[in-house]
Amino acid sequence: MSTAAVTDKRPNSLRSGHLPKWSPWAIAGGSVVVAAGIGLGAGLSSKVEWGLIAAILYVLGTFVIATMVEGKRQAKDRVATSLVWVAFLIAVIPLVSLIWTTVKRGVKVLDPYFLTHSMGIVADSEPGGGIYHAIIGSLEQVGLATLIGAPIGVLTAVYLVEYGRGKLARAVTFFVDVMTGVPSIVAGLFILSLMLMLDMQPFGFAGSLALAILMMPVVVRSTEEMLKLVPNELREASLALGVPKWRTILKVVLPTSIGGITTGIMLAIARIAGETAPILLLVWGNSFINNNPFSGAQQALPLYIYQQYANSSGSTAAYDRAWAASLTLIAFVMILNLVARGIARWKAPKTGR
Amino acid sequence: MDISTKTTDASPPTPQPAAAGKRGAARSTSRPGDRIFLGLSRGSGILLLVIMAAIAVFLTYRASLAISKDHGNFLTSFEWNTNIDPPVFGIAVLAFGTVVSSVIAMALAVPIAVAIALFLTHYAPRRMSGPVAYVVDLLAAVPSIVYGLWGALVLVPHMNGLFGWLNDYFGWTGIFSWDGGAPRSMLTVGILLAIMILPIITNVSREVFRQVPQMHEEAALALGATRWEVIRMAVLPFGRSGVISASMLGLGRALGETMAVATVLSPDFDIHASLLNPGGGTFAQNIASKFGEATEQGRDALIASGLILFVITLLVNGAARAIIARRKEYSGANA
Amino acid sequence: MAKRIDVSGLTAYYGSHKAIEDISMTVEPRSVTAFIGPSGCGKSTFLRTLNRMHEVTPGGRVEGKVLLDDEDLYGAGVDPVSVRREVGMVFQRPNPFPTMSIFDNVAAGLRLNGSYKKSQLNDIVEKSLKGANLWNEVKDRLNKPGSGLSGGQQQRLCIARAIAVEPKVLLMDEPCSALDPISTLAIEDLIGELKERFTIVIVTHNMQQAARVSDRTAFFNLAAVGQPGRLIEIDDTERIFSNPSVQATEDYISGRFG
Repeated sequence: MSTAAVTDKRPNSLRSGHLPKWSPWAIAGGSVVVAAGIGLGAGLSSKVEWGLIAAILYVLGTFVIATMVEGKRQAKDRVATSLVWVAFLIAVIPLVSLIWTTVKRGVKVLDPYFLTHSMGIVADSEPGGGIYHAIIGSLEQVGLATLIGAPIGVLTAVYLVEYGRGKLARAVTFFVDVMTGVPSIVAGLFILSLMLMLDMQPFGFAGSLALAILMMPVVVRSTEEMLKLVPNELREASLALGVPKWRTILKVVLPTSIGGITTGIMLAIARIAGETAPILLLVWGNSFINNNPFSGAQQALPLYIYQQYANSSGSTAAYDRAWAASLTLIAFVMILNLVARGIARWKAPKTGR
Repeated sequence: MDISTKTTDASPPTPQPAAAGKRGAARSTSRPGDRIFLGLSRGSGILLLVIMAAIAVFLTYRASLAISKDHGNFLTSFEWNTNIDPPVFGIAVLAFGTVVSSVIAMALAVPIAVAIALFLTHYAPRRMSGPVAYVVDLLAAVPSIVYGLWGALVLVPHMNGLFGWLNDYFGWTGIFSWDGGAPRSMLTVGILLAIMILPIITNVSREVFRQVPQMHEEAALALGATRWEVIRMAVLPFGRSGVISASMLGLGRALGETMAVATVLSPDFDIHASLLNPGGGTFAQNIASKFGEATEQGRDALIASGLILFVITLLVNGAARAIIARRKEYSGANA
Repeated sequence: MAKRIDVSGLTAYYGSHKAIEDISMTVEPRSVTAFIGPSGCGKSTFLRTLNRMHEVTPGGRVEGKVLLDDEDLYGAGVDPVSVRREVGMVFQRPNPFPTMSIFDNVAAGLRLNGSYKKSQLNDIVEKSLKGANLWNEVKDRLNKPGSGLSGGQQQRLCIARAIAVEPKVLLMDEPCSALDPISTLAIEDLIGELKERFTIVIVTHNMQQAARVSDRTAFFNLAAVGQPGRLIEIDDTERIFSNPSVQATEDYISGRFG
């Protein structure tokens, strides 16, 4: 006890120096004012620099003031808190800027005409034209990819959860994980190598194949999670009634988890709808309407955005179209996401209570 | 390549399905419906393995065609002239650029993502953390081409101030010297990649921090720990492996990112000491930029570089998964 | 070292739900006070208000006074962190830090409080482990992870960790409920030794345990499900178990409900 008493730095009272509740706000306000002063004085033009100076002042100020009033441990705690808040705010800036810019610049040319006309012979640097051909292409490519990828993904998940034991199942599990990390451009190159060997020209369905490869592991993972949530009692109850296993899976297991499976598939669709790289390699792009995904180059929304940006050598009209197409694409992806989450909440299996 | 051998190792094509089939038949009855359904679902699983194997095999085959014609050294040459005869190309610059941009992205994104994950689980007012987590989820869904467009048209102009400042104060290091060109350099790419992988690292870390058992945090609290000390004693040690694997998943994304790099970087085939001057390239960006003008020979060369990218991402993701798997066992034993 | 606890008019909430209502009692220093009562009567909640752990639960809030000697734990300007350093706690399930060694677990609280020399740390860790009757079992493997110990050893490790920082009061929330009878006995013996130095408050479901270890016993009950828990009576343990003054206490002790 005596050893502890010698070095114990605890204050005798429970009350120690304590900063009032409003102090973080006061320090934040002070730092912003000082940072603005420094910014004006040094003639810094970028508001981002002002913000960074304010953030640094805020963290330092918190540390110094808290050390003086509350002691070192409390000061560290407050610095950690302020750093976490600063990190959060720093991360918010680009993300807000991204959404804000896309919406602000996207609405300029986004109108019914834009949605219902193709580029046709409109030159890249001229205003006019639209994304109808890109929407058609995207819908067809993504739709075909889903027709291939979703059933294979769901069936694989069924295999892993309902049948899977032994080496094959473990190998599938491992490679599904690995496949999740395959860069989209590699999937594109794979199909490209096939096309080179078969001497084929770019067409929409080639892109669908690459997208299907990207989609499968995502669907497997989410479906697996959903199937695992189905209580075993349900399966046993059905099997005990003499229902064969495959009918049990089709009539009991899948219907119970259909909400979650749908959600997973929709999120996977949202992911592949934004993929550009494989489309660039395999579908090539086209400024005319091509309704046939099995022959001839097609357009797709993400590729359209890239080409409007890259091929227009800085024309405002092309940039406006790129932003408008981005807004369309984001809106599509976000709506899919929101609907998917809505379904997940609405159809969530009632586990426990 | 070692990947292709790995693939065949892990999925021996003939003996395995037969063995599993016998066991499957013993468990279920021999109804045709059961057999068809099992066949379909197992066939899908096998198809996935076949696809992975096929990716490795076909890329390797086309790459070998290209590399055998290469008159430069494929690993060390600083050139990418694939449309001439004989072609001369090498991946040195691409490997360098890919590593540099990903390292910058990780250095920026990991600390901030961990901080945001802590913010969401331990700092944010409860009413705020739900919506913020939701927004982070949605941002993970923004297509990379949109990040690319934003990066090229919004982020790049904003980098001038930072680049000037870095050049003024740290230009003497060489790494941060700037000749005043458009800031479409490796540093800009790294920053954009950091923004792009922030959501995924945040999401995974958040899940890990959320799983820290209440009782460990309470143990720290009861000893008189401040909030930060609780995080250091109980949360971070518990979540460390999870954060590492989250970071590696993010790294996998950064390594393979194509369009965002292609829109922002102004590439050339040289290695620069400065991160601020335009130049360099990454595997994925190089494929996208060079593809349009490439002949069949050129495409094979691009496929060869893609194969290297494939192997690297496999290793990174495999490592991440291995860490996650180990963590599961570990936390299971201690739950 | 040990301090007296004076509770007056204490009410605790989870959000809008009132968990315990208007509790007043005095806990004498250097004694063991046991809280008994049926499940859900709020005895654990009450225990957690004594070191301000209750407010860690989302929505948790407290009204009333808890005086530690003469200082109100809930007074203005009181830092909950310093309160918890004065009032240690042992939990229902043993919770050593899984990533730390046995030594580091015991030293964890000390390292928060300031810098100790290595030799001082060694002394205090040894003294605390001896105080928790664990030293002989672990002295050869202080650098092994604490999670490798048996449940009973882990719980004694947690007690060593709690007493290493020399708190004034030690709160124990059903410390034996996850343990086997032999480990339980070891902990009960330990409680008898620790009360020489600390004020001890223990929540228990086991009435024999309350009778064995405590000097005073408080009986909690709730009028009906959904109603807040209340303190029915507190008295010398002997009296509570032989001749309680309230009928409900006798009913509970004789096993007529609960």
